[in-house]
Amino acid sequence: MRSLKLLRNDLKEKYHSISKPRITIGMGTCGIAAGADKVKDALYHAVAEKGLDVDIEVTSCIGMCYKEVNVEVALPDYPPVVYGDITPARVTRMLEEHVVGNTPVLEWAEFQLENGKHTPYQDISSMESSDYYFHQTREVTSRCGRISPENIEEYLITDGYEGLEKVLMTQPQKVIDDIKASGLRGRGGGGFPTGLKWQFAHDAEGDKKYIVCNADEGDPGAFMDRSILEGDPHAVLEGMMIAGYAIGADEGYIYVRAEYPLAIKRLKRAIKQAKEYGLLGDHILESSFSFDIHIKVGAGAFVCGEETALLNSIEGKRGMPRLRPPFPAVKGLWGKPTNNNNVETYANVALIFRKGTEWYASIGTENSKGTKVFSLTGKIAKTGLAEVPMGTTLRQIIYDIGGGIQENKRFKAVQIGGPSGGCLPEDKLDIPVDYDSLIKVGAMMGSGGLVVMDEATCMVDVARYFLTFSQAESCGKCTPCREGTTRMLEILNRITSGEGEMEDIERLERLARVMKTTSLCGLGQTAPNPVLSTLRYFKDEYIAHIKDKRCPSGVCNHLLTYSIDAEKCIGCTACAKACPVNAITGTVKKTHEINPEICITCGACMEACHFDAVIRV
Amino acid sequence: MTNRNSNHLDIKFKKMMEDYKEHKGSLIPALQTTQEVYGYLPKEAMEYISQVLEIPFSEVFGVATFYAQFRLQPRGKHVIKVCSGTACHVRGGPHILKEVEKQLHIKSGETTNDNKFSIEPVACLGACGLAPVMMIDEETFGRLTKERVHQILDSIE
Amino acid sequence: MKKMSDVTLTIDGKQIKVPSGTTVMQAAEKAGLSIPALCYDPELSIAGSCRMCVVEIDGMNNLPTSCSTVATEGMVVQTKSKPVIEARKMVLELYLADHPLDCMTCQKNGNCLLQKYAYEYQVKDTPFKENKHRYPIEDNNPFIVRDMDKCINCGKCIRVCDEVQGRNVLQYAYRGYDTKVTTAMDVPLIESECVFCGSCVAVCPTGALLEKKMIGKGQSWEVEKVKTTCPFCGVGCNFDLNVRDGKVIGVTSNPESEVNGRHLCVKGRFGTDYIHHPERITTPLIKKEGVFVEASWDEALDLVSKKFLAMKKEYGNESIGALSSARCTNEENYVMQKFVRAVIGNNNIDHCART
Repeated sequence: MRSLKLLRNDLKEKYHSISKPRITIGMGTCGIAAGADKVKDALYHAVAEKGLDVDIEVTSCIGMCYKEVNVEVALPDYPPVVYGDITPARVTRMLEEHVVGNTPVLEWAEFQLENGKHTPYQDISSMESSDYYFHQTREVTSRCGRISPENIEEYLITDGYEGLEKVLMTQPQKVIDDIKASGLRGRGGGGFPTGLKWQFAHDAEGDKKYIVCNADEGDPGAFMDRSILEGDPHAVLEGMMIAGYAIGADEGYIYVRAEYPLAIKRLKRAIKQAKEYGLLGDHILESSFSFDIHIKVGAGAFVCGEETALLNSIEGKRGMPRLRPPFPAVKGLWGKPTNNNNVETYANVALIFRKGTEWYASIGTENSKGTKVFSLTGKIAKTGLAEVPMGTTLRQIIYDIGGGIQENKRFKAVQIGGPSGGCLPEDKLDIPVDYDSLIKVGAMMGSGGLVVMDEATCMVDVARYFLTFSQAESCGKCTPCREGTTRMLEILNRITSGEGEMEDIERLERLARVMKTTSLCGLGQTAPNPVLSTLRYFKDEYIAHIKDKRCPSGVCNHLLTYSIDAEKCIGCTACAKACPVNAITGTVKKTHEINPEICITCGACMEACHFDAVIRV
Repeated sequence: MTNRNSNHLDIKFKKMMEDYKEHKGSLIPALQTTQEVYGYLPKEAMEYISQVLEIPFSEVFGVATFYAQFRLQPRGKHVIKVCSGTACHVRGGPHILKEVEKQLHIKSGETTNDNKFSIEPVACLGACGLAPVMMIDEETFGRLTKERVHQILDSIE
Repeated sequence: MKKMSDVTLTIDGKQIKVPSGTTVMQAAEKAGLSIPALCYDPELSIAGSCRMCVVEIDGMNNLPTSCSTVATEGMVVQTKSKPVIEARKMVLELYLADHPLDCMTCQKNGNCLLQKYAYEYQVKDTPFKENKHRYPIEDNNPFIVRDMDKCINCGKCIRVCDEVQGRNVLQYAYRGYDTKVTTAMDVPLIESECVFCGSCVAVCPTGALLEKKMIGKGQSWEVEKVKTTCPFCGVGCNFDLNVRDGKVIGVTSNPESEVNGRHLCVKGRFGTDYIHHPERITTPLIKKEGVFVEASWDEALDLVSKKFLAMKKEYGNESIGALSSARCTNEENYVMQKFVRAVIGNNNIDHCART
């Protein structure tokens, strides 16, 4: 077998010491959406104008979405500094002061990357001690935003493919035993023990076996897998190859959603490069193991995140789930034994074999090992990606890392686990985040989306939102899900528009019970969770909508009334002009009035008013 | 293989479809390519795929209507998708969609008269940290406000 | 000693031994318990989609479908527990929420599985009264009326068209609540590749697919079923003539038919209108002076016999030959060759399907 050691050493020489300034721009989807392209253009322009000799590189997302665009500046013999909130207008000053004058711009600098070799700058915290990263443990995402995802050499110098090298010298059963010992559980939602899953596929009889990577990250509010695919695609390939070796498969498929074009591009490039380096294809590293990976691009169906629907979709069929048993490990893709894990799980696999099972099993809780990557979104102060050891509490994630609620509003709930998960209130924030604790309180890990909601969020509206999603994404195969999500949504629409009755709550509970136990796949079985968890923790909000015809959070349009504060109104007529239904009467310089009979509560007047004279109750 | 309705399809397209015969599970990629070529899935093209890949026409139609990505009608030059994910929802995504609809005088799912824009429904675009977000063709725009929507739409050729 | 290939399980407290590979539903049937099912059909592949046949099984999460779950040794099954009954009632309520509920005038009245189970579980009404699908009724072909408002998406028609007939005319289209069984491009059957064999009608559990000619001609309990052999060809398919007040109103297939089961072709299933057709020829006609004139059977047979004998006499035995048809029954073909050999006196008998 060929070893990568020498190559790795050569590459380390090449990459570790830079001879001229290097500027690296964070260009994940988030960064690009925040204007990274324009920053890059401005950089090229400014560098050319000033005649500087600078390398400009591209990396992916480091996880600080709230500080996009991120730019790293490294000078020879100095630690790299990462900046946040960089705009094209800030480029010149950054170049002049940092690159030319070797004085980092303190007010934009987020942290520096200390490496022990170079003297750190004063007054800039290290990454590890910076506010956002202090409470994080970056293992799976350690390369994201740090290496170029489009260059396999940077993966290799960060010990990439070391896990695969070790595995290829081990017996497949030992590989499975190691995964079992690591305690890794599937990161896609269910938390099934990965080693056990591999064992089933390993033991299944078959002349041909497949590895499938579920990269159909469809949960609204979740982007961990996208970040890994965009930031560290080789880790996913490596994990798949290790799984392939363990179960005896020689072919793998990555099923990526079409909404992730950048991830697809980087994966394709990674596959091409891995083949060029003899790390993918026939006789990998001159061993007897051969493996090939194909990419299948999804066509827009959330249900394809369900593993059997995903298999049907790869086969070119309607993405409708299959009956189980038989399980995919026995009869999967094209009827052959198939192992299916998601992106984050495979990235963990590569990590486990690089750093060892014992090390891995030392992180996390007794039954949930390792770290979990969460995407922090919603009304949280610092949106972004956060990786923490299993067992960290929700409060630590939301407050210590996420900085609490935006605009200092009051926290109301956190939605965890996407459309399959639940909404947890304040008094559940101290539970440790692990698979089993979350199930106990009516939520689930899901893939790791954390959507934070503040006092201005209506929980009935949130339930309605998730049901709108599940109803639209139901595949239509089984009755409880196809018809049940529709009826549940109808009831929630009724309640949020003030036409609910108390019997509706009982109807929701009865429907939810049957959908959970009787639906064919996970989508239908978990679709009622957002309703059940909001009913469990925020029932008073349902009752307010039904009995008092009132939305306590001021969200549900139909239950709001608008009026004009006579003291504040100066009669500018802006509101009357904005009203689409002419419900506002009044003449210039006289107080205006809203006729509630005509008003459709669209809120246009409130937006039009410059004097805060429109009151919404 | 001949097809009574395939006369309108060009030879290059037919060749691309023939190539899919070599691979397993090619229906969805074939439909995706068709949509790239024609902007939508013309009936004749689906019939041709059905014959070349030896998949019943009814199944081709069933697959084409199952996935949100596929359109059976032509669409505009640029496709706008306003994210309806959770984060965007709580940060005003619905207002952004309304603004786009207002600016273009069409509803979600429709195409402007000059065939320049179509608005298509989408679930979550996965750029939640920058909510509210929309995607035009393959470019994602974040932290949207009504004013920015205006600017962005104006800037598109 | 217990045979390796048998498993013993308990269903509703009853112990039963079945061959391994038997499903819970089949085992229950063997134990004399019937489990309701809408998408299950013994002749077709298992869909497991209607969820009516769910049962409770010790040690299993949720309620598995008995049609797809294979019985294992020591399995303990409840087919009528509280959660099971609640689930079935809810499934029915959900079906009824998107159904026209016009049973009084529905051709399927008394013969509809949805109606039967709604009655059995006493689901009188549905609490979900908002949106219902309103598809136009399709009756622009001579044979089948398709009323998709009554379709429950069980998919039996799709499976029979694919797995038995190999036609693949029907398939699910669209998604979720709008999932619809339809043809390619969602066109009416008459514009599709459909050959109107009517197997889809035979397996449809509700009034979504109906024999057009029978609508309004008789309700299920008014109809007498008379088993007969199809007269159209020699295959010998059996089916039931549906007779009301001495008149044939149509044909339904009979699963007991040995040759064809429930499957027929367009002629056998729908070609009965000639029976009571006013222009049907019911007596022999003899052409006299260029005009056909009604005659008695004796008169007609005498004439034929006389002419054959005259030909034989004038031109010899070999002058007459007969061609028979694969579309005739064996008995008819036998009689024909016997006639040629024994009566005409030659071997000039042949058959269109001889190779």
